[in-house]
Amino acid sequence: MGAVKTIFRREFSSYFASPVAYVFLVIFLIMQGLFTFYLGSFYTREQADLVSFFTYQPWLYLFLMPSIAMRLWSEDRRSGTFELLLTLPIPTRAIVIGKYLAALAFAALALALTFPIWITVNWLGAPDNGVIVTGYLGSLLMAAAYLAIGAAMSAITKNQVVAFILAVTVCFLFLVAGLPMVLDTVGAWAPETLVLAVANLSFLSHFESLQKGVVTLGDIVYFVAVITFWLWVNRIVIESKREAG
Amino acid sequence: MADILLEARNLSKHFGGLKAVDDISLNVKKGEVLGFLGPNGAGNTTTMKLLTGFLAPTNGTAYICGEQVTSENERARARIGYLPEGAPLFGEMSPRTFLMFIAETHGITGREAGDVIESAASAVNLEKVMEQRIETLSKGFKRRVGLAAAILHAPDVLILDEPTDGLDPNQKHEVRRLIEAMSVDRAIVISTHILEEVDALCHRAVIINRGMIVADGKPSELRARSKYKNAVTMLLPLENAEKAAAALKGIKMVAGVEAAREGELMRLTILARGGGDIADTIGDIAAVSNWQVSQYTVDPGRLDDVFRQLTERDV
Repeated sequence: MGAVKTIFRREFSSYFASPVAYVFLVIFLIMQGLFTFYLGSFYTREQADLVSFFTYQPWLYLFLMPSIAMRLWSEDRRSGTFELLLTLPIPTRAIVIGKYLAALAFAALALALTFPIWITVNWLGAPDNGVIVTGYLGSLLMAAAYLAIGAAMSAITKNQVVAFILAVTVCFLFLVAGLPMVLDTVGAWAPETLVLAVANLSFLSHFESLQKGVVTLGDIVYFVAVITFWLWVNRIVIESKREAG
Repeated sequence: MADILLEARNLSKHFGGLKAVDDISLNVKKGEVLGFLGPNGAGNTTTMKLLTGFLAPTNGTAYICGEQVTSENERARARIGYLPEGAPLFGEMSPRTFLMFIAETHGITGREAGDVIESAASAVNLEKVMEQRIETLSKGFKRRVGLAAAILHAPDVLILDEPTDGLDPNQKHEVRRLIEAMSVDRAIVISTHILEEVDALCHRAVIINRGMIVADGKPSELRARSKYKNAVTMLLPLENAEKAAAALKGIKMVAGVEAAREGELMRLTILARGGGDIADTIGDIAAVSNWQVSQYTVDPGRLDDVFRQLTERDV
Protein backbone atom coordinates (compact mmCIF):
# COMPACT_ATOMS: atom_id res chain seq x y z
CA MET A 1 0.00 0.00 0.00
CA GLY A 2 2.88 2.33 0.74
CA ALA A 3 4.06 2.03 -2.84
CA VAL A 4 0.60 2.92 -4.17
CA LYS A 5 0.61 6.01 -1.98
CA THR A 6 4.06 7.04 -3.19
CA ILE A 7 3.08 6.73 -6.86
CA PHE A 8 -0.26 8.41 -6.19
CA ARG A 9 1.33 11.43 -4.54
CA ARG A 10 3.82 11.93 -7.34
CA GLU A 11 1.24 11.59 -10.09
CA PHE A 12 -1.34 13.76 -8.38
CA SER A 13 1.07 16.60 -7.74
CA SER A 14 2.37 16.36 -11.31
CA TYR A 15 -1.10 17.42 -12.51
CA PHE A 16 -0.55 20.75 -10.79
CA ALA A 17 3.01 21.20 -12.00
CA SER A 18 1.75 23.02 -15.07
CA PRO A 19 -1.14 25.44 -15.64
CA VAL A 20 -2.95 22.73 -17.63
CA ALA A 21 -4.66 21.43 -14.49
CA TYR A 22 -6.14 24.81 -13.67
CA VAL A 23 -7.19 25.38 -17.27
CA PHE A 24 -8.85 22.00 -17.21
CA LEU A 25 -10.74 22.73 -14.01
CA VAL A 26 -11.99 26.04 -15.35
CA ILE A 27 -13.10 24.52 -18.66
CA PHE A 28 -14.81 21.68 -16.84
CA LEU A 29 -16.76 24.04 -14.61
CA ILE A 30 -17.75 26.35 -17.48
CA MET A 31 -18.88 23.45 -19.67
CA GLN A 32 -20.74 21.88 -16.79
CA GLY A 33 -22.50 25.20 -16.23
CA LEU A 34 -23.41 25.61 -19.89
CA PHE A 35 -24.85 22.12 -20.06
CA THR A 36 -26.82 22.57 -16.85
CA PHE A 37 -28.28 25.99 -17.52
CA TYR A 38 -28.75 26.09 -21.30
CA LEU A 39 -29.16 22.53 -22.54
CA GLY A 40 -30.56 21.30 -19.23
CA SER A 41 -32.82 24.32 -18.67
CA PHE A 42 -32.07 24.33 -14.93
CA TYR A 43 -34.22 27.42 -14.22
CA THR A 44 -37.12 26.97 -16.64
CA ARG A 45 -37.75 23.44 -15.40
CA GLU A 46 -38.59 24.93 -12.00
CA GLN A 47 -37.73 21.66 -10.28
CA ALA A 48 -35.65 21.50 -7.11
CA ASP A 49 -33.32 18.74 -8.31
CA LEU A 50 -30.06 18.29 -10.22
CA VAL A 51 -31.40 16.26 -13.12
CA SER A 52 -30.33 18.90 -15.61
CA PHE A 53 -26.89 18.88 -13.97
CA PHE A 54 -26.33 15.13 -14.27
CA THR A 55 -28.09 14.41 -17.60
CA TYR A 56 -25.32 15.66 -19.86
CA GLN A 57 -22.39 14.50 -17.76
CA PRO A 58 -21.84 11.25 -19.69
CA TRP A 59 -21.23 13.37 -22.80
CA LEU A 60 -19.09 15.93 -21.03
CA TYR A 61 -16.98 13.14 -19.49
CA LEU A 62 -16.56 11.53 -22.88
CA PHE A 63 -13.99 14.20 -23.73
CA LEU A 64 -12.83 15.44 -20.36
CA MET A 65 -11.93 12.12 -18.71
CA PRO A 66 -9.73 10.94 -21.61
CA SER A 67 -7.92 14.28 -21.40
CA ILE A 68 -7.16 13.64 -17.73
CA ALA A 69 -5.97 10.10 -18.40
CA MET A 70 -4.07 10.58 -21.65
CA ARG A 71 -0.74 11.54 -20.12
CA LEU A 72 -0.70 8.86 -17.39
CA TRP A 73 1.50 6.39 -19.26
CA SER A 74 2.23 7.85 -22.67
CA GLU A 75 4.30 10.64 -21.12
CA ASP A 76 6.45 8.10 -19.27
CA ARG A 77 6.85 6.00 -22.38
CA ARG A 78 7.90 9.05 -24.38
CA SER A 79 10.38 10.44 -21.88
CA GLY A 80 11.89 7.11 -20.80
CA THR A 81 10.76 7.38 -17.18
CA PHE A 82 8.74 4.25 -17.95
CA GLU A 83 11.97 2.29 -17.53
CA LEU A 84 12.84 4.19 -14.37
CA LEU A 85 9.45 3.39 -12.81
CA LEU A 86 9.49 -0.27 -13.73
CA THR A 87 12.97 -0.85 -12.32
CA LEU A 88 12.10 0.62 -8.93
CA PRO A 89 11.57 -1.96 -6.18
CA ILE A 90 7.79 -1.68 -6.29
CA PRO A 91 5.27 -4.02 -7.89
CA THR A 92 3.88 -3.09 -11.31
CA ARG A 93 0.33 -3.30 -10.06
CA ALA A 94 1.09 -0.65 -7.43
CA ILE A 95 2.18 1.70 -10.21
CA VAL A 96 -0.94 0.94 -12.26
CA ILE A 97 -3.23 1.53 -9.29
CA GLY A 98 -1.34 4.56 -7.98
CA LYS A 99 -1.46 6.32 -11.33
CA TYR A 100 -5.11 5.47 -11.80
CA LEU A 101 -6.08 6.72 -8.34
CA ALA A 102 -4.24 9.99 -9.00
CA ALA A 103 -6.33 10.57 -12.13
CA LEU A 104 -9.46 9.62 -10.23
CA ALA A 105 -8.63 12.00 -7.38
CA PHE A 106 -8.16 14.79 -9.88
CA ALA A 107 -11.55 14.03 -11.46
CA ALA A 108 -13.12 13.87 -8.00
CA LEU A 109 -11.66 17.28 -7.22
CA ALA A 110 -13.18 18.69 -10.41
CA LEU A 111 -16.52 17.17 -9.51
CA ALA A 112 -16.32 18.46 -5.94
CA LEU A 113 -15.78 21.98 -7.25
CA THR A 114 -19.31 21.91 -8.68
CA PHE A 115 -20.64 22.28 -5.11
CA PRO A 116 -22.11 25.78 -5.77
CA ILE A 117 -24.83 24.19 -7.91
CA TRP A 118 -25.78 22.01 -4.97
CA ILE A 119 -25.88 25.03 -2.67
CA THR A 120 -27.92 26.92 -5.26
CA VAL A 121 -30.55 24.23 -5.59
CA ASN A 122 -30.86 23.99 -1.81
CA TRP A 123 -31.20 27.74 -1.56
CA LEU A 124 -33.86 27.92 -4.27
CA GLY A 125 -35.95 25.00 -3.11
CA ALA A 126 -36.02 21.84 -1.03
CA PRO A 127 -34.44 19.09 -3.10
CA ASP A 128 -34.09 15.47 -2.04
CA ASN A 129 -30.44 15.56 -1.01
CA GLY A 130 -30.31 11.76 -0.88
CA VAL A 131 -30.96 11.64 -4.61
CA ILE A 132 -28.28 14.27 -5.18
CA VAL A 133 -25.73 12.25 -3.19
CA THR A 134 -26.42 9.10 -5.20
CA GLY A 135 -26.26 11.24 -8.33
CA TYR A 136 -22.78 12.40 -7.36
CA LEU A 137 -21.79 8.84 -6.50
CA GLY A 138 -23.00 7.63 -9.89
CA SER A 139 -21.19 10.49 -11.57
CA LEU A 140 -17.93 9.58 -9.82
CA LEU A 141 -18.32 5.90 -10.69
CA MET A 142 -18.86 6.77 -14.31
CA ALA A 143 -15.85 9.07 -14.31
CA ALA A 144 -13.86 6.22 -12.76
CA ALA A 145 -14.90 3.86 -15.55
CA TYR A 146 -13.95 6.38 -18.22
CA LEU A 147 -10.59 6.94 -16.55
CA ALA A 148 -9.85 3.20 -16.37
CA ILE A 149 -10.38 3.02 -20.13
CA GLY A 150 -8.32 6.18 -20.64
CA ALA A 151 -5.43 4.85 -18.53
CA ALA A 152 -5.29 1.61 -20.51
CA MET A 153 -5.34 3.51 -23.81
CA SER A 154 -2.60 5.80 -22.57
CA ALA A 155 -0.35 2.79 -22.03
CA ILE A 156 -0.74 1.74 -25.66
CA THR A 157 1.01 4.71 -27.24
CA LYS A 158 3.77 7.23 -26.68
CA ASN A 159 1.62 9.92 -28.23
CA GLN A 160 -0.85 11.66 -25.93
CA VAL A 161 -3.10 12.77 -28.78
CA VAL A 162 -3.41 9.21 -30.07
CA ALA A 163 -4.10 8.04 -26.52
CA PHE A 164 -6.84 10.66 -26.24
CA ILE A 165 -8.51 9.65 -29.51
CA LEU A 166 -8.35 5.94 -28.68
CA ALA A 167 -9.86 6.58 -25.25
CA VAL A 168 -12.68 8.74 -26.63
CA THR A 169 -13.49 6.06 -29.20
CA VAL A 170 -13.66 3.21 -26.70
CA CYS A 171 -15.58 5.32 -24.18
CA PHE A 172 -17.99 6.31 -26.94
CA LEU A 173 -18.72 2.66 -27.71
CA PHE A 174 -19.45 2.01 -24.04
CA LEU A 175 -21.64 5.08 -23.94
CA VAL A 176 -23.81 4.54 -27.02
CA ALA A 177 -24.29 0.82 -26.42
CA GLY A 178 -27.50 1.66 -24.56
CA LEU A 179 -28.99 4.10 -27.09
CA PRO A 180 -32.11 2.99 -29.04
CA MET A 181 -30.23 3.64 -32.27
CA VAL A 182 -27.68 0.94 -31.43
CA LEU A 183 -30.09 -1.44 -29.79
CA ASP A 184 -32.46 -1.35 -32.78
CA THR A 185 -29.62 -2.15 -35.14
CA VAL A 186 -28.49 -5.06 -33.00
CA GLY A 187 -32.09 -6.19 -32.41
CA ALA A 188 -32.70 -6.48 -36.13
CA TRP A 189 -30.58 -9.62 -36.36
CA ALA A 190 -29.47 -10.70 -32.89
CA PRO A 191 -31.41 -12.69 -30.29
CA GLU A 192 -32.96 -10.79 -27.44
CA THR A 193 -30.40 -11.96 -24.85
CA LEU A 194 -27.62 -10.38 -26.88
CA VAL A 195 -29.54 -7.12 -27.18
CA LEU A 196 -29.97 -7.16 -23.45
CA ALA A 197 -26.29 -7.86 -22.96
CA VAL A 198 -25.31 -4.93 -25.18
CA ALA A 199 -27.76 -2.66 -23.40
CA ASN A 200 -26.32 -3.76 -20.10
CA LEU A 201 -22.81 -2.86 -21.20
CA SER A 202 -23.74 0.77 -21.55
CA PHE A 203 -22.68 3.41 -19.08
CA LEU A 204 -25.93 5.25 -19.74
CA SER A 205 -28.37 2.65 -18.44
CA HIS A 206 -26.38 2.14 -15.24
CA PHE A 207 -25.83 5.85 -14.68
CA GLU A 208 -29.50 6.69 -15.18
CA SER A 209 -30.79 4.69 -12.24
CA LEU A 210 -28.11 6.11 -9.93
CA GLN A 211 -29.12 9.58 -11.08
CA LYS A 212 -32.69 8.88 -10.03
CA GLY A 213 -31.51 8.02 -6.55
CA VAL A 214 -31.72 4.26 -6.96
CA VAL A 215 -28.62 2.45 -5.77
CA THR A 216 -28.69 -1.16 -6.88
CA LEU A 217 -25.97 -3.67 -6.26
CA GLY A 218 -26.06 -4.48 -9.97
CA ASP A 219 -25.01 -0.96 -11.00
CA ILE A 220 -22.20 -0.81 -8.47
CA VAL A 221 -20.96 -4.25 -9.50
CA TYR A 222 -21.14 -3.19 -13.12
CA PHE A 223 -18.92 -0.14 -12.65
CA VAL A 224 -16.48 -1.96 -10.39
CA ALA A 225 -16.25 -4.78 -12.95
CA VAL A 226 -15.62 -2.36 -15.82
CA ILE A 227 -12.93 -0.56 -13.82
CA THR A 228 -11.24 -3.80 -12.75
CA PHE A 229 -11.31 -5.14 -16.29
CA TRP A 230 -9.66 -2.06 -17.77
CA LEU A 231 -7.03 -1.85 -15.04
CA TRP A 232 -6.22 -5.46 -15.82
CA VAL A 233 -5.93 -4.54 -19.51
CA ASN A 234 -3.70 -1.66 -18.46
CA ARG A 235 -1.39 -4.06 -16.63
CA ILE A 236 -1.26 -6.45 -19.61
CA VAL A 237 -0.42 -3.59 -21.98
CA ILE A 238 2.34 -2.38 -19.65
CA GLU A 239 3.90 -5.84 -19.55
CA SER A 240 3.82 -6.16 -23.32
CA LYS A 241 5.28 -2.67 -23.87
CA ARG A 242 8.02 -3.43 -21.38
CA GLU A 243 8.98 -6.49 -23.41
CA ALA A 244 9.00 -4.47 -26.58
CA GLY A 245 11.76 -2.40 -24.94
CA MET B 1 32.35 -17.28 -3.93
CA ALA B 2 30.62 -15.11 -1.41
CA ASP B 3 31.69 -11.79 -2.81
CA ILE B 4 30.15 -12.22 -6.26
CA LEU B 5 27.38 -9.64 -6.21
CA LEU B 6 26.19 -9.88 -9.78
CA GLU B 7 25.99 -12.98 -11.84
CA ALA B 8 24.61 -13.61 -15.31
CA ARG B 9 24.20 -17.18 -16.50
CA ASN B 10 23.72 -17.78 -20.20
CA LEU B 11 21.56 -14.71 -20.66
CA SER B 12 19.84 -14.42 -24.03
CA LYS B 13 17.26 -12.04 -25.34
CA HIS B 14 15.63 -12.42 -28.71
CA PHE B 15 13.38 -9.82 -30.30
CA GLY B 16 11.58 -11.82 -32.94
CA GLY B 17 14.36 -13.26 -35.06
CA LEU B 18 16.97 -10.83 -33.79
CA LYS B 19 19.34 -12.12 -31.12
CA ALA B 20 20.00 -8.89 -29.23
CA VAL B 21 21.82 -10.73 -26.45
CA ASP B 22 23.21 -14.17 -27.16
CA ASP B 23 24.34 -16.40 -24.31
CA ILE B 24 26.16 -13.93 -22.10
CA SER B 25 27.66 -15.16 -18.82
CA LEU B 26 29.61 -13.02 -16.41
CA ASN B 27 30.34 -12.38 -12.74
CA VAL B 28 31.09 -9.12 -11.03
CA LYS B 29 32.76 -9.19 -7.63
CA LYS B 30 32.56 -6.77 -4.78
CA GLY B 31 34.92 -3.87 -5.37
CA GLU B 32 35.07 -4.46 -9.08
CA VAL B 33 34.18 -1.97 -11.82
CA LEU B 34 33.24 -3.71 -15.03
CA GLY B 35 33.17 -1.76 -18.27
CA PHE B 36 30.79 -2.79 -21.02
CA LEU B 37 32.09 -1.85 -24.42
CA GLY B 38 30.47 -2.32 -27.75
CA PRO B 39 29.35 -0.50 -30.83
CA ASN B 40 25.82 0.95 -30.82
CA GLY B 41 23.27 -1.81 -31.18
CA ALA B 42 25.68 -4.51 -30.02
CA GLY B 43 23.52 -5.41 -27.05
CA ASN B 44 25.06 -3.43 -24.16
CA THR B 45 21.87 -1.61 -23.26
CA THR B 46 19.73 -4.73 -23.67
CA THR B 47 22.08 -6.65 -21.37
CA MET B 48 21.75 -3.93 -18.75
CA LYS B 49 17.97 -4.05 -19.06
CA LEU B 50 18.14 -7.80 -18.45
CA LEU B 51 20.38 -7.34 -15.41
CA THR B 52 17.97 -4.83 -13.86
CA GLY B 53 14.86 -6.89 -14.54
CA PHE B 54 13.29 -4.38 -16.91
CA LEU B 55 13.33 -7.03 -19.62
CA ALA B 56 12.77 -10.72 -19.05
CA PRO B 57 15.45 -12.90 -20.66
CA THR B 58 14.49 -15.39 -23.37
CA ASN B 59 16.94 -17.82 -21.79
CA GLY B 60 19.21 -17.81 -18.79
CA THR B 61 19.06 -16.00 -15.47
CA ALA B 62 20.65 -13.08 -13.69
CA TYR B 63 21.30 -12.95 -9.97
CA ILE B 64 21.90 -9.92 -7.78
CA CYS B 65 23.33 -10.85 -4.39
CA GLY B 66 21.90 -14.34 -4.86
CA GLU B 67 18.41 -13.06 -5.66
CA GLN B 68 17.08 -14.02 -9.05
CA VAL B 69 16.25 -10.97 -11.14
CA THR B 70 12.73 -11.00 -12.54
CA SER B 71 10.17 -8.31 -13.22
CA GLU B 72 8.34 -9.62 -10.12
CA ASN B 73 11.22 -9.84 -7.65
CA GLU B 74 11.39 -6.48 -5.90
CA ARG B 75 13.99 -7.75 -3.42
CA ALA B 76 16.52 -8.07 -6.23
CA ARG B 77 15.60 -4.66 -7.62
CA ALA B 78 15.99 -3.06 -4.18
CA ARG B 79 19.70 -3.93 -4.22
CA ILE B 80 20.35 -2.35 -7.59
CA GLY B 81 21.02 1.27 -8.35
CA TYR B 82 20.25 1.82 -12.01
CA LEU B 83 20.89 4.74 -14.30
CA PRO B 84 18.99 3.99 -17.51
CA GLU B 85 20.28 5.15 -20.88
CA GLY B 86 19.84 8.92 -21.21
CA ALA B 87 19.06 9.29 -17.49
CA PRO B 88 15.28 9.76 -17.78
CA LEU B 89 13.77 11.99 -15.08
CA PHE B 90 10.44 13.60 -14.27
CA GLY B 91 11.03 17.07 -15.67
CA GLU B 92 8.35 18.84 -13.69
CA MET B 93 9.81 17.82 -10.32
CA SER B 94 12.69 19.45 -8.47
CA PRO B 95 15.73 17.30 -7.66
CA ARG B 96 14.63 17.32 -4.02
CA THR B 97 11.08 16.09 -4.64
CA PHE B 98 12.34 13.62 -7.23
CA LEU B 99 14.92 12.14 -4.87
CA MET B 100 12.30 12.11 -2.11
CA PHE B 101 10.07 10.08 -4.42
CA ILE B 102 12.86 7.62 -5.22
CA ALA B 103 13.73 7.29 -1.52
CA GLU B 104 10.11 6.52 -0.70
CA THR B 105 9.96 3.77 -3.30
CA HIS B 106 12.89 2.21 -1.46
CA GLY B 107 10.97 2.46 1.79
CA ILE B 108 13.14 5.28 3.13
CA THR B 109 11.05 8.01 4.74
CA GLY B 110 11.14 10.87 7.22
CA ARG B 111 14.41 12.15 8.59
CA GLU B 112 16.35 9.20 7.19
CA ALA B 113 15.15 10.15 3.71
CA GLY B 114 16.33 13.72 4.29
CA ASP B 115 19.74 12.42 5.33
CA VAL B 116 20.29 10.05 2.41
CA ILE B 117 19.13 12.71 -0.05
CA GLU B 118 21.54 15.26 1.43
CA SER B 119 24.47 12.88 1.20
CA ALA B 120 23.62 11.66 -2.31
CA ALA B 121 23.14 15.24 -3.48
CA SER B 122 26.43 16.38 -2.02
CA ALA B 123 28.23 13.37 -3.49
CA VAL B 124 27.28 14.59 -6.97
CA ASN B 125 27.38 18.35 -6.15
CA LEU B 126 23.69 19.03 -6.60
CA GLU B 127 23.14 21.29 -3.60
CA LYS B 128 22.82 24.50 -5.59
CA VAL B 129 19.98 23.32 -7.80
CA MET B 130 17.93 21.22 -5.39
CA GLU B 131 14.84 23.42 -5.67
CA GLN B 132 14.87 24.08 -9.43
CA ARG B 133 12.67 22.25 -11.88
CA ILE B 134 14.65 19.38 -13.39
CA GLU B 135 13.65 20.30 -16.95
CA THR B 136 15.39 23.66 -16.57
CA LEU B 137 18.71 22.08 -15.57
CA SER B 138 21.70 21.57 -17.86
CA LYS B 139 22.50 18.14 -19.23
CA GLY B 140 25.30 17.67 -16.71
CA PHE B 141 23.06 18.43 -13.76
CA LYS B 142 20.33 16.15 -15.08
CA ARG B 143 22.82 13.31 -15.34
CA ARG B 144 23.90 13.98 -11.78
CA VAL B 145 20.31 13.91 -10.55
CA GLY B 146 19.99 10.48 -12.19
CA LEU B 147 23.20 9.35 -10.51
CA ALA B 148 22.04 10.62 -7.13
CA ALA B 149 18.82 8.64 -7.57
CA ALA B 150 20.82 5.52 -8.40
CA ILE B 151 23.09 5.74 -5.34
CA LEU B 152 20.90 7.16 -2.60
CA HIS B 153 19.78 3.84 -1.15
CA ALA B 154 23.38 2.57 -1.00
CA PRO B 155 22.80 -0.34 -3.38
CA ASP B 156 25.16 -3.32 -3.53
CA VAL B 157 25.18 -3.27 -7.30
CA LEU B 158 25.31 -0.20 -9.50
CA ILE B 159 24.37 -0.47 -13.15
CA LEU B 160 25.08 2.72 -15.07
CA ASP B 161 24.30 3.01 -18.76
CA GLU B 162 26.66 5.61 -20.23
CA PRO B 163 27.01 7.63 -17.03
CA THR B 164 29.28 10.27 -18.57
CA ASP B 165 27.54 10.64 -21.92
CA GLY B 166 27.02 14.29 -22.77
CA LEU B 167 29.12 15.67 -19.93
CA ASP B 168 32.00 18.08 -20.36
CA PRO B 169 35.52 16.88 -19.50
CA ASN B 170 35.39 18.32 -15.98
CA GLN B 171 32.07 16.72 -15.22
CA LYS B 172 33.30 13.43 -16.67
CA HIS B 173 36.24 13.58 -14.35
CA GLU B 174 33.98 14.22 -11.36
CA VAL B 175 31.64 11.37 -12.21
CA ARG B 176 34.58 9.01 -12.64
CA ARG B 177 35.96 10.02 -9.27
CA LEU B 178 32.56 9.39 -7.76
CA ILE B 179 32.29 5.94 -9.33
CA GLU B 180 35.79 5.12 -8.15
CA ALA B 181 34.96 6.17 -4.61
CA MET B 182 31.81 4.10 -4.58
CA SER B 183 33.41 1.00 -6.00
CA VAL B 184 35.08 0.02 -2.74
CA ASP B 185 32.27 -2.08 -1.33
CA ARG B 186 30.03 -2.61 -4.32
CA ALA B 187 29.97 -4.16 -7.75
CA ILE B 188 29.64 -1.61 -10.55
CA VAL B 189 28.81 -2.15 -14.20
CA ILE B 190 29.12 0.79 -16.56
CA SER B 191 28.62 0.91 -20.28
CA THR B 192 30.53 3.40 -22.31
CA HIS B 193 31.75 4.30 -25.76
CA ILE B 194 34.68 6.19 -24.37
CA LEU B 195 37.72 3.95 -24.35
CA GLU B 196 39.86 6.20 -22.17
CA GLU B 197 37.16 5.80 -19.54
CA VAL B 198 37.76 2.08 -19.45
CA ASP B 199 41.42 2.73 -18.80
CA ALA B 200 40.73 5.34 -16.16
CA LEU B 201 38.02 3.50 -14.31
CA CYS B 202 37.46 -0.16 -15.01
CA HIS B 203 39.19 -3.11 -13.43
CA ARG B 204 37.79 -5.30 -16.13
CA ALA B 205 36.37 -4.73 -19.56
CA VAL B 206 33.97 -6.80 -21.59
CA ILE B 207 33.60 -6.15 -25.29
CA ILE B 208 30.26 -7.12 -26.77
CA ASN B 209 29.53 -7.54 -30.43
CA ARG B 210 26.30 -8.81 -31.94
CA GLY B 211 25.03 -9.80 -28.53
CA MET B 212 28.05 -11.94 -27.67
CA ILE B 213 31.06 -11.39 -25.46
CA VAL B 214 34.07 -11.21 -27.76
CA ALA B 215 36.64 -10.21 -25.16
CA ASP B 216 36.80 -10.21 -21.37
CA GLY B 217 39.83 -9.13 -19.41
CA LYS B 218 41.77 -6.36 -17.71
CA PRO B 219 42.13 -3.26 -19.86
CA SER B 220 45.89 -3.85 -19.99
CA GLU B 221 45.38 -7.42 -21.19
CA LEU B 222 42.96 -6.33 -23.87
CA ARG B 223 45.26 -3.60 -24.98
CA ALA B 224 48.07 -6.10 -25.32
CA ARG B 225 46.09 -7.90 -27.99
CA SER B 226 46.54 -4.90 -30.25
CA LYS B 227 49.00 -5.00 -33.15
CA TYR B 228 50.46 -1.85 -31.60
CA LYS B 229 51.74 -3.68 -28.53
CA ASN B 230 55.37 -2.67 -28.06
CA ALA B 231 55.24 -0.69 -31.28
CA VAL B 232 57.81 2.10 -31.41
CA THR B 233 56.86 5.53 -32.63
CA MET B 234 59.48 8.07 -33.64
CA LEU B 235 59.48 11.50 -35.17
CA LEU B 236 62.22 12.32 -37.66
CA PRO B 237 62.95 14.74 -40.50
CA LEU B 238 61.34 13.96 -43.86
CA GLU B 239 64.60 13.44 -45.71
CA ASN B 240 65.69 10.69 -43.31
CA ALA B 241 62.29 9.00 -43.09
CA GLU B 242 62.30 7.02 -46.31
CA LYS B 243 65.77 5.68 -45.70
CA ALA B 244 64.89 4.76 -42.13
CA ALA B 245 61.63 3.04 -43.10
CA ALA B 246 63.40 0.92 -45.69
CA ALA B 247 66.10 -0.06 -43.22
CA LEU B 248 63.64 -0.93 -40.46
CA LYS B 249 61.43 -3.04 -42.70
CA GLY B 250 64.43 -5.27 -43.31
CA ILE B 251 64.70 -6.23 -39.65
CA LYS B 252 63.21 -9.62 -38.79
CA MET B 253 61.54 -8.44 -35.56
CA VAL B 254 59.60 -5.74 -37.36
CA ALA B 255 56.16 -6.61 -38.71
CA GLY B 256 55.61 -3.38 -40.58
CA VAL B 257 56.12 0.36 -40.64
CA GLU B 258 53.37 2.98 -40.75
CA ALA B 259 54.20 6.52 -41.78
CA ALA B 260 52.29 9.77 -41.23
CA ARG B 261 53.53 13.18 -42.31
CA GLU B 262 53.56 16.00 -39.77
CA GLY B 263 54.72 19.19 -41.49
CA GLU B 264 58.47 18.97 -42.06
CA LEU B 265 58.64 15.81 -40.02
CA MET B 266 57.50 12.25 -40.46
CA ARG B 267 56.02 10.03 -37.75
CA LEU B 268 57.03 6.42 -38.17
CA THR B 269 55.27 3.68 -36.24
CA ILE B 270 57.23 0.46 -36.22
CA LEU B 271 55.09 -2.58 -35.41
CA ALA B 272 56.70 -5.41 -33.47
CA ARG B 273 56.29 -8.90 -34.82
CA GLY B 274 54.20 -10.89 -32.34
CA GLY B 275 54.25 -7.95 -29.93
CA GLY B 276 57.87 -8.68 -29.07
CA ASP B 277 60.23 -6.26 -27.38
CA ILE B 278 61.88 -4.17 -30.09
CA ALA B 279 62.42 -0.85 -28.36
CA ASP B 280 66.10 -1.45 -27.49
CA THR B 281 67.08 -2.75 -30.91
CA ILE B 282 65.32 0.01 -32.82
CA GLY B 283 66.76 2.58 -30.44
CA ASP B 284 70.30 1.36 -31.05
CA ILE B 285 69.83 1.37 -34.81
CA ALA B 286 68.37 4.87 -34.74
CA ALA B 287 71.31 6.13 -32.69
CA VAL B 288 74.05 4.70 -34.90
CA SER B 289 72.28 5.69 -38.15
CA ASN B 290 72.02 9.31 -37.00
CA TRP B 291 68.40 9.81 -38.17
CA GLN B 292 67.91 12.85 -35.90
CA VAL B 293 64.98 11.29 -34.05
CA SER B 294 63.17 13.96 -31.99
CA GLN B 295 60.55 11.84 -30.23
CA TYR B 296 60.65 8.22 -29.24
CA THR B 297 57.79 6.33 -27.55
CA VAL B 298 56.89 2.72 -26.92
CA ASP B 299 53.19 1.84 -27.26
CA PRO B 300 51.60 -0.36 -24.59
CA GLY B 301 48.94 -1.35 -27.15
CA ARG B 302 45.80 0.46 -28.15
CA LEU B 303 42.34 -0.32 -26.84
CA ASP B 304 40.59 1.40 -29.74
CA ASP B 305 42.52 -0.79 -32.14
CA VAL B 306 41.47 -3.97 -30.31
CA PHE B 307 37.91 -2.67 -30.12
CA ARG B 308 37.78 -2.08 -33.87
CA GLN B 309 39.47 -5.36 -34.64
CA LEU B 310 36.92 -7.28 -32.59
CA THR B 311 33.76 -5.45 -33.54
CA GLU B 312 34.34 -4.45 -37.16
CA ARG B 313 35.39 -7.85 -38.40
CA ASP B 314 32.12 -8.83 -40.01
CA VAL B 315 30.31 -5.63 -40.84
